[in-house]
Amino acid sequence: MEVVFPSPQQIMRRAMLHHKGFLMGLSVIIVVTLLTILAPVLATHDPYAQDLGQRLIPPVWQEKGTWDHPLGTDNLGRDYLSRLIYGSRVSLLIGLSVMLIAGLIGTTLGLLAGYFGGKMDMFVSFLVTVRLALPAVLVAVAVVSLIGGSTRIVILVLGLLVWDRFAVVVRASTQQIRPLEYVAAAKSAGCSTFRILAQEMLPNLMNNLIVVATLEVARAILLEAALSFLGMGVQPPTPSWGLMISEGKEFMLFYPYLITIPGVALFLLLLGFNLLGDGIRDVTAPEGR
Amino acid sequence: MPDLVLELINLTKTYQVSAGAFRGKRDLRAVNGITLTLEKGEVLGLVGESGCGKTTVAKLVLSLETPTSGHIRLQGRPLTDCDSKEIARQVQPVFQDPYASLNPRKSVGSIISLPLRALKVGNKASWNKKVSEIMEVVGLAPHLRHNYPNQLSGGQRQRVAVARALIMRPQLVLCDEPTSALDVSVQAQILNLLMRLRRELGLTYLFISHNLAVVEHLATRVAVMYLGRIVEEAPTRELFLNPRHPYTQALLGSVLTPEPGLGLPDTRLGIAYPNPIDPPSGCTFHPRCPKADEKCKEHAPVPRRKGGRLVECHFVEEL
Amino acid sequence: MGLILEVEGLHVDLPLPAGRLQAVRNVGFEVSQGETLSLVGESGCGKSLTALALMDLLPPRAIRRAGKLVFEGRELSGAAEDAMAQLRGDRMAMIFQEPMTSLNPCYTIGNQLVEAYLQHRRASEREARERAVFLLETVGITAAGSRLKQFPHQLSGGLRQRIMIAMGLMCGPSLIIADEPTTALDVTIQAQILALLADLQREFRMGLILITHDLGVVARVAHRLCVMYCGQVVETGTTKEVFARPLHPYTQGLLRCIPVPGRVEPGSELGSIPGLVPTPIGVLKGCTFRNRCPKGRPECAVENPHLREIGPNRALRCLDALAAAA
Repeated sequence: MEVVFPSPQQIMRRAMLHHKGFLMGLSVIIVVTLLTILAPVLATHDPYAQDLGQRLIPPVWQEKGTWDHPLGTDNLGRDYLSRLIYGSRVSLLIGLSVMLIAGLIGTTLGLLAGYFGGKMDMFVSFLVTVRLALPAVLVAVAVVSLIGGSTRIVILVLGLLVWDRFAVVVRASTQQIRPLEYVAAAKSAGCSTFRILAQEMLPNLMNNLIVVATLEVARAILLEAALSFLGMGVQPPTPSWGLMISEGKEFMLFYPYLITIPGVALFLLLLGFNLLGDGIRDVTAPEGR
Repeated sequence: MPDLVLELINLTKTYQVSAGAFRGKRDLRAVNGITLTLEKGEVLGLVGESGCGKTTVAKLVLSLETPTSGHIRLQGRPLTDCDSKEIARQVQPVFQDPYASLNPRKSVGSIISLPLRALKVGNKASWNKKVSEIMEVVGLAPHLRHNYPNQLSGGQRQRVAVARALIMRPQLVLCDEPTSALDVSVQAQILNLLMRLRRELGLTYLFISHNLAVVEHLATRVAVMYLGRIVEEAPTRELFLNPRHPYTQALLGSVLTPEPGLGLPDTRLGIAYPNPIDPPSGCTFHPRCPKADEKCKEHAPVPRRKGGRLVECHFVEEL
Repeated sequence: MGLILEVEGLHVDLPLPAGRLQAVRNVGFEVSQGETLSLVGESGCGKSLTALALMDLLPPRAIRRAGKLVFEGRELSGAAEDAMAQLRGDRMAMIFQEPMTSLNPCYTIGNQLVEAYLQHRRASEREARERAVFLLETVGITAAGSRLKQFPHQLSGGLRQRIMIAMGLMCGPSLIIADEPTTALDVTIQAQILALLADLQREFRMGLILITHDLGVVARVAHRLCVMYCGQVVETGTTKEVFARPLHPYTQGLLRCIPVPGRVEPGSELGSIPGLVPTPIGVLKGCTFRNRCPKGRPECAVENPHLREIGPNRALRCLDALAAAA
């Protein structure tokens, strides 16, 4: 009759194993992560090697396709599969770095606003309003066209632009936790404000943070693709999925695979992150316990 | 000269609250000039209904809020001279709701050792030892140390909260309704624990509660609060045998002891607890007081003090 | 006295990942006109689920089984959902613990009272309003007409609970189920609300089921009580008898736990019940109280004690006490 109640971690683990969306999203992301790590092994060709004699070979499932280039080649004769694999590196690198920068800025601002309230809250809310009034893509295009594009610039610009959701979510959940008695107990125990924020509040915000983080990775990847498509992001010849779509658009009518393949890859990766984010929200939601 | 652990002198706390849209801010006097002292080894019961300001007093003593005016002295030293770490060494709280007072993401061991870590007392090995010791003192099984709050019962959680409060061996423990969220049988366990710890460790309690039966059982002295004022204060026995203020009388009358056949008491109090933003004129208790007359509506009574006894009522001429 | 409600063999199960939680097991009682029956017990004893099961308001995953559930001569255990919805708020009403969360903050008091009436009665809004004013006055609210235009957040807790009671009375029910109606209120207000409930119940000859953990409240208000432990009724009887002569070790333990001014020496050790309530999952063998019981016998681990009648209106579920009585 004695029932041992599971710890929060055990409850979460159990819920995760039963959540289909979470498992699907997680598998997509694990596959893509493996691709990026094992890119040198998996890629059959050098993604930069041009071979004009082999240009615009269609993928295997079409007529004239060969197993030598399973996804065909582009207009410069580069192996499309290898470029796709290396392109996932750019997408993940940019997605994760942007999320980290934005997360750091947004979480800090949100924590300060939610914890201190008053003038600090008004200041942060003002910053968020200003940020929301700026269209991210247009600002990114403007900045990149002024100082030139590169992976590093794209990361920095996007990181400084997409922290708003972090700030809003963290501020709201901090305001919820702040009046709880364990925060008062920590204060009375002599904890410094920094300690209360970092050790008492932040761990309880983690669920929400992870959900926002996954969604922000997806948003950053999409923004990168959009910027690269406009020629304002990652510069050729670096393989990036957005750039691949952009380069393929001139041949779209006759060689539609040039666009559909990176397009589908982008779609699957974003779907994966979104499923993962929704899944985490479901398994960590208090009503699920 | 008795050893005074805590002195509150003419303490006032005013909050600015909005009185409604477009009406601007108004003052809410949560604590309105109270004076209280606590000797070493005493248990002072602070009694009152919700909204009377007793929780604000707790916050002021814990220095979670700063007083608008008046002074707080801890062991004879003004609270304003102490930094938060010194205060933490001397006063520790036990809160009402053991489901909200423990961080759900921390293990029991880490919750109990928080004051040690925050004040940087000793090293990791000594923390572990102290946690084990205090867990034994409050009656928690050692294997619970690695559990999380959601795995504990309400009584165990409250024991964790008591352990956290006592690990620094503070002089004063501030109990803010420590048993009102607990079941009857668990409440008895926690009260027994608090009484035993007081005897064994020579603690002083400021015991805030609305449950008069519990206060009578535990406290050595009782102060009754109404709308930010202390309206009566006396040694527990005297107060319960001979309550002088009409509000204290009504409070005592409304205690429902488990005695069938007595029926329900008629407290003869009006329905509404007044809005603290708009306190009544004169004696703030007059709209609910069965004895009130014209004088009560116009003039606030002056506190009369004699020995350990204080009453604030026009009808109590002599103590 | 006419019988209003008869319950026999009521079970509520909650499916959990760890197994089926038998939250309410074989509970039975009856309530007559003008009678107050109290279900007493600590959190998790199944008293609130019993009330929700009577109203058919259980959470969707809970499973209710009842041998007999007769309300005003009508068998309800198989009644359809809309038949139950017709009864709820009309013939039987429920008052919850938290008056703030059980009133809708978006509507005025008047709207909610009128709505409660028009749901069940073909009447004009004017009639409903008049009844609302009449009932607000009955529950002791002054300036009732102007209160109708107020929103719940503009009122104090005691006033809100009075309004909840008025809302419960709108259709003139024959049974009121009050789940911890005064737990969220201050002591001075508590006595007033309880007195009000008792007066109204006498006046309208309603049955009242009072669910509470507070033995003081039970002693002062209830005519009869059922002490519940771990989903079962362990002792029933008239309030006077049970308080004068508690027979079940759990009831005895509970009564020793509370400090009573004038009867328990201040500062003395209070009685307590050691150990934890078991979680009723899986096959339950023996008495569920045996691990905390000071009078446990070897047969308590093997035999499931039955609720035995030991006198008029008095029953007990304990092997030791029954053996001692025999």
